[in-house]
Amino acid sequence: MSRSQRVTVIFSVFLASSLIASVLLLRRVDQVRTGATLEEVLYISSPQALRRLSLGYNGLLADIYWTRAVQYYGNKHHDGARRFDLLAPLLEITTVLDPQLLVAYEYGANFLAPKPPNGAGMPDRAIALEEFGILNNPDAWQLYYNVGFIHYMELKNYAGAAEAFARGAQRPNAHPFLAMLAGKMAEHAGDRQMARMMWSTSYQTTKDINVRANAAAHLRALQVDEDVTNLEALNARYQQQTGRFPSSFSELEAAGLLRGTPLDPLGQSYKLMPDGRVELRTPDDFPFIEKGMPFDYTPPPSPKILPSD
Amino acid sequence: MAAIEILGLEKTYSIGFWRKRQKHALRPLNLKVEEGEIFGFLGPNGAGKTTTLKLLMGLIFPTAGSARILGMELDDPRMKAQIGFLPEQPYFYDYLTARELLEYYGQLSGVEAKLRSSRVNEVLHRVGLPDVGGVQLRKFSKGMLQRVGIAQAILHDPRVVFFDEPMSGLDPMGRREVRDLMEQLKVEGKTVFFSTHILSDAEALCDRVAIIHQGELRGVGAVADLTSSVHGKVEVVWQGTVVPASLRALGAECHVTRDTVRAMLSEANQDAAIEALRRERLRLVSVTPVRTSLEDYYLQKLQPPNATVRVGAKVGTTV
Amino acid sequence: MTSRIAHIASNTFREAVRDRVLYNLIVFALLMSAAAVVVGQISIDIERLVVINLGLTAVSLFGMVIAIFIGIGLVSKEIERRTLYTVLSRPVRRWEFIVGKFFGLAGTLAVNTFFMAIGVFVALLYVSHHFQQQDRWVLVALYFIILQFLILTALTLFFSSFSSPLLSAVFAFSLFVIGSFAEDLRGFAGMTHGATRWLATGAAYLVPNFSALNVITSVAHSQPVSGQLVLDNSAYALVYTAMAICGAVLVFEHRNLK
Repeated sequence: MSRSQRVTVIFSVFLASSLIASVLLLRRVDQVRTGATLEEVLYISSPQALRRLSLGYNGLLADIYWTRAVQYYGNKHHDGARRFDLLAPLLEITTVLDPQLLVAYEYGANFLAPKPPNGAGMPDRAIALEEFGILNNPDAWQLYYNVGFIHYMELKNYAGAAEAFARGAQRPNAHPFLAMLAGKMAEHAGDRQMARMMWSTSYQTTKDINVRANAAAHLRALQVDEDVTNLEALNARYQQQTGRFPSSFSELEAAGLLRGTPLDPLGQSYKLMPDGRVELRTPDDFPFIEKGMPFDYTPPPSPKILPSD
Repeated sequence: MAAIEILGLEKTYSIGFWRKRQKHALRPLNLKVEEGEIFGFLGPNGAGKTTTLKLLMGLIFPTAGSARILGMELDDPRMKAQIGFLPEQPYFYDYLTARELLEYYGQLSGVEAKLRSSRVNEVLHRVGLPDVGGVQLRKFSKGMLQRVGIAQAILHDPRVVFFDEPMSGLDPMGRREVRDLMEQLKVEGKTVFFSTHILSDAEALCDRVAIIHQGELRGVGAVADLTSSVHGKVEVVWQGTVVPASLRALGAECHVTRDTVRAMLSEANQDAAIEALRRERLRLVSVTPVRTSLEDYYLQKLQPPNATVRVGAKVGTTV
Repeated sequence: MTSRIAHIASNTFREAVRDRVLYNLIVFALLMSAAAVVVGQISIDIERLVVINLGLTAVSLFGMVIAIFIGIGLVSKEIERRTLYTVLSRPVRRWEFIVGKFFGLAGTLAVNTFFMAIGVFVALLYVSHHFQQQDRWVLVALYFIILQFLILTALTLFFSSFSSPLLSAVFAFSLFVIGSFAEDLRGFAGMTHGATRWLATGAAYLVPNFSALNVITSVAHSQPVSGQLVLDNSAYALVYTAMAICGAVLVFEHRNLK
């Protein structure tokens, strides 16, 4: 082997082994550093200063912080965390760097406001985020919607919700639902129909897959609640007629109370319990349900609300 | 053992945007240089001289063929310790002084630490730069840089020295000094391989020459043989403007200038001619054998192989 | 072998020094003095913060500029000026040349950083009036910065072995920026699917991990740096630097020097 060939072989071997070693060490470093980059967010006392420091590249930096926020929430949620301390600063920094990044405000309403384990449980901070967004994007109807949404869902402040929807309805190109929601708030506040309308609006108007998945989960839960309520009413009727609760859906069919086997939103049949209650076969697949759960049911630590779940 | 042995060394470049065209910088070259000789590598610009030198120095890699220097491979560090190289129009680290540069090169060539300073001083003296050791190279003139270049090439007492256009940029005085130095190197038993397009230098210095053109070797041989008197003629010069009949009878071609006559006649008649002049009491100036000059040989070799060229006779060589 | 490498390294160092590279220290010293004096007027709590943030960022940026500006010429300038010809005609192996150049530039940066470190600590002393326990983390941060320089130098050397100075500078600078967001890149790669995921993950692992070597913010807030991280980072920097140098050697070994 010529000298040159020998050098080539030796250094190629070194190259390959150091490449492998570098990848392995990188994974180790990542483990030691988990969240370290994110925690530095807590040290940014002035997002405005950060924006100035970015020398005009604030858009790119906003995208980076946005990506970090999405990952942060996804990872925490996946681990079944009950605290999402960094979500608020991440979203706040993102929106200061790029106030027109509307999806960040959507996240505020959907994942910052709700209580753990579904979110960070900070509705007031979420509202402050939305108001900041409104200041910078006065014509974005979605932001008013977000405010109303938070008032309704988390704070149970129906008057505040109605007011926000009304404000939003006046904006040009506002979604027609805003006016409708504002109008119906007075009589239907708190009922399932309102909730369904709001979640449908969210589902239809969002472009983010996580927000959409979250809305879908809520809509499924509402469907389950309605189904279970209806089925338990049918069971009561049957019991009145026959003196006992039905043990199968065919009995209900035979009694003329039902046609076909009722399926839950994921396509499985409901379970008829001996005491007249109706239960889901896989309650873990349905976060947010208020009915249809077994007695001693505890929901899983990380509810299945994201597409990655 | 031959100092330099080149066996079919070839270099082709792929050029053009799509790297499709071939440029033959050097066609397969076969050459042998013996130890202790001064070998001239002649050719016009772009002939392939520098390419050959770079191939020998391992700066570029051959497309085909091989070479050995002192019987060792081109990448053998033991061989490199015994050769010196002066590139064309050299340029050195201009932030260093001459002495620092030579010290650095000495370190890289493996000259022992205790010998280094004395060798550096010695070699600076030898190339005629005794006083500028402490001056930064950025201040050196072209001629001075050339001398430093020679200095670094011979610093470590190599057995074979390679010079690429060693006379370039030098004034006549400088060129004389370099020529003298190259002769001295030969006396010391070193082999000198140099490329040039200045034929007079080659003719004066070289034992053997090779002529290269358009990447191809056109001719090789000892200078003496190539320029031997082909015609067997002599040139006789005498004072005055008289051409005696006896000389014309010997078949002399005469050319009269203001106060001398130059006559060309065959070597066989040389003694008779001198005798004739003596009888006529004409003052003999010189008798010189007529040789083809290296230039003639060179120009001939530069032609495409089938062309013929009249080889004119030229008298002696003067510098 | 080692003596040749050492000689090439010290010659590279000498070149940098005579090229007046170390004058940047004067600018740095002025900057630190100005900062310390100005900041001394503000509230006590954040002086330390500002001095550390400013000082370490300046060390990092100045060094990066030097690493790139000298690094890009390490090989290409020698080829262009043909100073390399007389070096390689000597018993110097091509790989020794590359390794020697690396150590020369790395040494220059280390010396430069050393003097800058003194400047930072002097400024720190001025605003805090005495050294504190937390100050040793500043040393760790500086050590990490030197590791960054090693990686960057090796990368620039690699580019210089086959590319023009301008392109080398562009590549090296781009890798520095991307590498500073390497952790985000890996996270991003994890969120993609299919072919994109393979490419993104591959790229994310190849890119130098400068983000883990930047602990300036946490050190400024007096946060400690874990010993494990110091070990892992050191090993990583060593290995990555070796990788880049191997790349440079392999390219240079087969390069025709026209």
